[in-house]
Amino acid sequence: MVENDLLTNFIKMLECAAPLEVIRKIENDDDIDYSWNIFDSSGFLDILVAEKAGGAGLSLAAAAPLIEELGAQLFPAPAAQTMMARALLTREGIEPPSGPILLAGYNAVIPFAELAGHALVAWQDKVNLIKINTTILRPMGLYGSRSAKLEFASAPEVLVSLLITPETLRASAAVLRAAEIAGMAGAVLRMTVAYANERIQFGKPIGKQQAIQQQLAILAEQALLARMAARLGCAAGLPPTTEAAAAAKLVASASVPLVTNIAHAVHGAIGISEEYNLQLFTRRLYEARLADGADGYWATLLGARHLAGGAATSLDFVRATSPV
Amino acid sequence: MFDTLNPCTIPPEDEALRPHIRALAAETVARLPAETRARSWSGLDIEFSHRLGREGFLGLTLPKEYGGAGRGPFARFVVVEELLAVGAPVAAHWIADRQSAPLILNYGTEAQRKLFLPKIASGEIFFCIGMSEPNSGSDLASVRTRAEKISTGWVLNGQKIWTTNALHADYMIALIRTSGTVNERQAGLSQLLVPLKAKGVTVRPITDLTGASEFAEVFFDNVKLDEDALVGKEGQGWDQATAELAFERSGPERIYSSLVLIDTWVQHLRRVGRIIGPAAQLAGEFTGKLMVLRAMSLAVTGQLAAGESPVIEASLIKDLGTSYEQEVPALIAEDIGSHPDEEVSVEFYRTLNFMSRIAPSFSLRGGTREILRGIIARGLGLR
Ligand SMILES: Cc1cc2nc3c(=O)[nH]c(=O)nc-3n(C[C@H](O)[C@H](O)[C@H](O)COP(=O)(O)OP(=O)(O)OC[C@H]3O[C@@H](n4cnc5c(N)ncnc54)[C@H](O)[C@@H]3O)c2cc1C
Repeated sequence: MVENDLLTNFIKMLECAAPLEVIRKIENDDDIDYSWNIFDSSGFLDILVAEKAGGAGLSLAAAAPLIEELGAQLFPAPAAQTMMARALLTREGIEPPSGPILLAGYNAVIPFAELAGHALVAWQDKVNLIKINTTILRPMGLYGSRSAKLEFASAPEVLVSLLITPETLRASAAVLRAAEIAGMAGAVLRMTVAYANERIQFGKPIGKQQAIQQQLAILAEQALLARMAARLGCAAGLPPTTEAAAAAKLVASASVPLVTNIAHAVHGAIGISEEYNLQLFTRRLYEARLADGADGYWATLLGARHLAGGAATSLDFVRATSPV
Repeated sequence: MFDTLNPCTIPPEDEALRPHIRALAAETVARLPAETRARSWSGLDIEFSHRLGREGFLGLTLPKEYGGAGRGPFARFVVVEELLAVGAPVAAHWIADRQSAPLILNYGTEAQRKLFLPKIASGEIFFCIGMSEPNSGSDLASVRTRAEKISTGWVLNGQKIWTTNALHADYMIALIRTSGTVNERQAGLSQLLVPLKAKGVTVRPITDLTGASEFAEVFFDNVKLDEDALVGKEGQGWDQATAELAFERSGPERIYSSLVLIDTWVQHLRRVGRIIGPAAQLAGEFTGKLMVLRAMSLAVTGQLAAGESPVIEASLIKDLGTSYEQEVPALIAEDIGSHPDEEVSVEFYRTLNFMSRIAPSFSLRGGTREILRGIIARGLGLR
């Protein structure tokens, strides 16, 4: 009950902070200040921070539905990453900087990086808090996207180094990205089913065609799979384990081509137009799949651990590494 | 079934066209970034289309008396293949050269042939296809746009949508209801030639999810057309449009849309030195499949050259080819995303992202996957 209230309030806050027309403006060059101020003053950015450090002390598992909602509501900034960064920093007694914070790998393209002021960055063997400036920020300049990569040929200027490992940082980022994918996949499923019931061709809704029903069934399976993957990743706690993160991101990422292909196929030409909202989700899904390690990265890592380990059976490996 | 489709080779005299068009294409794309070349047959450069016309690369299959080169479909295959392989910007003349010219040649009056074909072959006039309407997509036989007969010709009212190239085209060949009601479906449909500069025509561009405006809405408000706007026979529009779609569906452009991305990825792999293992396997998969799909498209070209109308084979190829084109960006994304510590150039990332976004349209334009599979099933005697 309490958790449901929390989710309801969170959604209300998001709808107020970033309605669709605001999201579109931010995607096309506006700054994030208006939306971010509302979000920040709501207190939700500190839900993962321990109570004694002034946060809500929620477990990652309890926060999972909220993080998915950031995807479903298309919040246009690295908010989940900031929540995680604040938790990781305060656990080590470091005061987090204000504004959006990225969880970043060296060289990798990061969604909404253009809007962030700081990043937790893996560089060589350490995780460091750095300030982002224009010399290291390389925007991708894609239509409707604020993705950028952080490029530094020599060591970046470090504000403070953390005790967590680069592996933990990447696992944390992957779990959040999986949750974001899950939220978007769920929203895309709802949108696509609704459209199939509305769009009439040959005298009846296209959703009455078996060919479309079979496609929508696959879309529903994939959306569910992505959500289960995200919840599993979050169940490992904070910070997440590498194995749980691997399973979460590989399964969520692998759902992206099916989810996007089916949603676009069912929508027909209208889904290709900018004005229609489907593309707000599918554009982000392509980038989210790539970000923080795609399917093959995590599959290779997980597979290597299994092969190098001594588990008698594959199920033993799964049970030993699964959080549930 | 389909066992008449066999590999065939390109005749040497058509193969001989290759060096010239290859050089022309290379010169044209030299300064274009990969993401622009990746637009493939959606890339627009009106001056380049004029130039192809001047140099004799358009209207290759049209008879010489109408300004064409009087050659067979293999000549066009070679030229088109070379242009698509490097992503030369062919959009302006694409529809005119591919399907409007053959349509006018087959069904048009002598006066229409003399008027339009030489100008298409010289790259002076461009066309677009007006089939889809807001409520008539897959169910094309339900079109509502109407032309009423008057003493001097026709009066046109209604709306088309998703019309590729409408912004730059001089003419639309539109599928229009010329008699009866929507309930009569295919019967009562005709094809009309609509000059887009005519009074009462409004073209409103539609922005797509990449930010480009390649298609448009076209509104007709009491547009007056002469009697000779009719192409072919009144009431035969449906059959004519269906035959037109066979041309539209079987060409190499239904296989090659992702080639620029593949080549950009290959260059990336060579640069970072990742040329064995899973990446090599994937590159092999791409090229092996391409080899077979190209052979299939050539085989259908052979049938067209022999005067046949391989409608079902064309549907098969379009489904297979567009599935291939669509899997390429997804597989390359997986490969790149699986090496998060590898440096990826901005140009490559932008190209990959553009292709991921636009790829879903490959199996929509020219008839959706579900509709094509229905046609194939009918060919199998199932419907
Ligand atoms: C990039 C692009 C360019 C285009 N250019 C042109 C152009 O130049 N000229 C032009 O006239 N049109 C053009 N189109 C429109 C194109 O022809 C239509 O998108 C296509 O015919 C499908 O129609 P629709 O989009 O209305 O989808 P719908 O017909 O609404 O279909 C939606 C979904 O329902 C499915 N469906 C519908 N009926 C059935 C059925 N009976 N059984 C099973 N499934 C079914 C479809 O397969 C699809 O998955 C273009 C489209 C795109 C995306």
